[in-house]
Amino acid sequence: MPHIRVTVDGVRYDDQVEARRLLVHYLREQLGKVGTPVGCDTTNCGACTVLMDGQSVKSCSVLACQTDGHEITTVEALASDGELHPIQQAFHESHALQCGYCTPGMMMAALDLLRDNPDPDDQEIREGLEGNMCRCTGYVNIVHAVRRAAAAMRAEAAESEPRTHGVPPQMVREQEPTPHATSGGA
Amino acid sequence: MTTAPEAPRTDQVGSPRLRKEDARLITGQTNWTDNIQQTGMLHVAFLRSPHAHARIAAVDTSAAMKQPGVTAVFSGADFAGEQGSLPCAWPVTEDMALPAHPPMAVDEVRYVGEAVACVVARDAYAAADALEAVDVEYEPLPAVVDMEAALAEDSPLVHAGSGQGQGSNKAYVWPFEAGDVDAAFGGADVVLNRRYHQQRLIPAAMEPRSVVCRPEGDSFTLWSATQVPHILRLMLAMTTGVPEHKIRVIAPDVGGGFGSKLQVTAEEVLALLLARRLRKPVKWTETRTEGFQTTHHGRDQIQDISIAADADGRVRGLKVDLLADMGAYMMLVTPGVPVLGAFMFPGIYKMDAYSFSCTGVFTTKMPTDAYRGAGRPEATYAIERIMTELANEIGMDPMELRRRNWIRHEEFPHTGVAGLTYDSGNYEAATDRAMELFGYDGLRAEQRRRRDSGDPVQLGIGISTYTEMCGLAPSRVLGQLSYGAGGWENASVRMLPTGKVEVVTGSCAHGQGHATAWSQIVADRLGVPFEDVEVLHGDTRVSPKGMDTYGSRSLVVGGTAVVEACDRVVEKARRMAAHMMEADEGDLEFSAGRFTVRGTERPATTVQEIALAAFAAHDLPEGTEASLDADSTFDPENFSYPHGTHLCAVEVDTETGEVDIRAYTAVDDVGTVVNPLIVDGQVHGGLAQGIAQALYEEAVHDADGNLVTSTMADYTVPTAADLPDFTTDRTVTPSTTNPLGTKGVGEAGTIASTPAVVGAVVDALRPFGVRDLRMPCTPQRVWRAIAEARAAERSEGGQR
Repeated sequence: MPHIRVTVDGVRYDDQVEARRLLVHYLREQLGKVGTPVGCDTTNCGACTVLMDGQSVKSCSVLACQTDGHEITTVEALASDGELHPIQQAFHESHALQCGYCTPGMMMAALDLLRDNPDPDDQEIREGLEGNMCRCTGYVNIVHAVRRAAAAMRAEAAESEPRTHGVPPQMVREQEPTPHATSGGA
Repeated sequence: MTTAPEAPRTDQVGSPRLRKEDARLITGQTNWTDNIQQTGMLHVAFLRSPHAHARIAAVDTSAAMKQPGVTAVFSGADFAGEQGSLPCAWPVTEDMALPAHPPMAVDEVRYVGEAVACVVARDAYAAADALEAVDVEYEPLPAVVDMEAALAEDSPLVHAGSGQGQGSNKAYVWPFEAGDVDAAFGGADVVLNRRYHQQRLIPAAMEPRSVVCRPEGDSFTLWSATQVPHILRLMLAMTTGVPEHKIRVIAPDVGGGFGSKLQVTAEEVLALLLARRLRKPVKWTETRTEGFQTTHHGRDQIQDISIAADADGRVRGLKVDLLADMGAYMMLVTPGVPVLGAFMFPGIYKMDAYSFSCTGVFTTKMPTDAYRGAGRPEATYAIERIMTELANEIGMDPMELRRRNWIRHEEFPHTGVAGLTYDSGNYEAATDRAMELFGYDGLRAEQRRRRDSGDPVQLGIGISTYTEMCGLAPSRVLGQLSYGAGGWENASVRMLPTGKVEVVTGSCAHGQGHATAWSQIVADRLGVPFEDVEVLHGDTRVSPKGMDTYGSRSLVVGGTAVVEACDRVVEKARRMAAHMMEADEGDLEFSAGRFTVRGTERPATTVQEIALAAFAAHDLPEGTEASLDADSTFDPENFSYPHGTHLCAVEVDTETGEVDIRAYTAVDDVGTVVNPLIVDGQVHGGLAQGIAQALYEEAVHDADGNLVTSTMADYTVPTAADLPDFTTDRTVTPSTTNPLGTKGVGEAGTIASTPAVVGAVVDALRPFGVRDLRMPCTPQRVWRAIAEARAAERSEGGQR
């Protein structure tokens, strides 16, 4: 069985995994990180989206063994010390979730979108989130939330010190992805 | 004694409170059924039929048993003596065919995906692997895919072998008639006949179905991604013979339902039976393709509708003849879905006569059942489409035609031709507001310009002035319709010694925000802080009585039970307050959580102080129990009737067939609004699903009965890029049938939007001679309709 060293939400793991085991099943079954759900297992719905070295990936289409030497961030690392990440705060305040099943993936995909484009317009948000399905909200409030989060994150970036708590390090734009980082967002 | 807190706000109802539910959903601290782990838990995988129709000649499980990690392998025959038949709660006619529906097929399979065998293994991967080693010998039988072909005399039978199919694929005929239909049609100036197709849809909740069952002695705890834990417990007991009081059903966090989790499924029954047989906890979670194949589908009707009217547009009568595809079996409310729609075809319009008939048809496909709106979207689609066609036929603006026929606001309450009494409504107000927001006249002017200039991009406008029957349902009416249960809802409200409040509700949320909305209601009613209210639901041991969540019923019926329980708590508190304050009950005033003695300056006693006094019980008035709590079971007298006006403008590229929604305006009247944030969200999501039926989604079967659209790549649930922003607003005409004045909002958007969108596409293409389009209106269908209309025009020109 392949042997991987992977950092998930700031914690280093040294694990044997079945070669065919999907990342999302490794996260859920082996690490107990059930905050990331499975929606379709065919890469269409995006519910299982996580960040791999800061870039969004659908964890049902990545093998666990492919994460060797990489850093994974899930929804569970977004908040810290009881402080919500701006994307979480925005989803809450904009009522951008109903059942909440798509929400972890939607937020992680939105973070990747905002890293590429910190000030997207509505159409850019809609197209940027095309890989993530929601069946409850009709997306209206998700678009609002991403805009709200973008504004909050831009304001935060403009204020001297980048946020150190609650933001995965790879979300700070200047910082390069750091495989095997010893401290993550958690 | 606690000190009296400051008077809390009492204006929670109507305020856009952010949801209590969100905290765990946005942080990943969720409790989906698939997250549940139990010590020693085994995983189940089902082997499913690759044939739409076949006899099972033999099932050999021996090789699968030898696979690594496999604990057990069973075929349907292994459970034949105990698995019973999956329940149908709605035998709509006395002679309805009700064929046996074993959770795992024993002799015959009747749709692709029907469970034939199952493997139980140490993990899900091992279980899936071992499925390949199960050997099933099938003798294929003819598939029955098309409803009309299924009714032909020489059609193969779906249920020939069972002897329960009445010798045809006709499951039932349900007729209804009111008024003199022949007279209405005979004397009319205009009669229009149309045939509309409601394509088959897949509900596609984001959370796949999942079930976990744990045996505990002779008792069982079953977690399921269900909308209906109470109905599920009852039906599990009736199906398997495990006594009801030995079954606890828990619906933990549930990721959307839209009707698809209003079901008693084969996998839930088998999880219980496997846990009993193996004495181990078991889990099963569907894959998405498995879900698309085997979680019930929705819609799938052919609607023949005729309307009769005078030359001035007054509607005289309506005739509806439906074929409804049941699929292979009758599931929980399969036959009842079109019957729910029967009362809604007349919509908001007055007319003299109405006849309806529905023929339920068996096919070798996944059974249909409730999907968001359940019967009512189908009815609304047909009436709203044909009203616009009628307007076109007599050369009248489609909104003007509606105005001439709808129930005027001063005519409420109004009993319509279908026998329903609409308690309240104001169609004029909603329509005026919608037309203003939409810019109706301006868009009509633009449409004329584009038509005149021969613009390749044509503009179309669609209208839907809908109503729906919600708040399911008066138990008396359900009884008259042969439904197997009532439509009441239960709540209990208990004040804890510290003044906090627990509210137990029998409704069961899966995204609707009950915890927030119910907290708002209770905060107002008891005068306690919103934050001090905890809403408990979704566990038959915590909330022992309930009828669950569907049919836009939770707030209207369940919310009313909460209101009544709160009022009873206040009445109990009043007796205690009078005793504590040494005042006469009649002299007490209750406001914002405080009792005061009328006309005096004496300090108030708060409901929290009374809760503590009740707990201490040191000095209670004679005959008073030491608790401050109350129960209520509310059974509505009538349905509620949300309504509204939806307007859609589409741009249709006549060269590519592409449809782009340019503007969508929805003005809904859902009565009193408890939380506008939640209401807007429900409308948005409903619109998305209704628009999806109009433009994107269709469950397609091939001639052999295979579901061709079995992944999310093929069944095109719209993404953010496929949908527009919406303009939404409300008018408020409170319902008179419940104390809050609420009407329900969960289904409104879905019911209203489909005819508005398709109507707009047809309107854009009317100059080409297009009068109808099959849903979904894909670019290919739109392009073909234009091409065919042009070809027809050319050939007519050639003949001249």
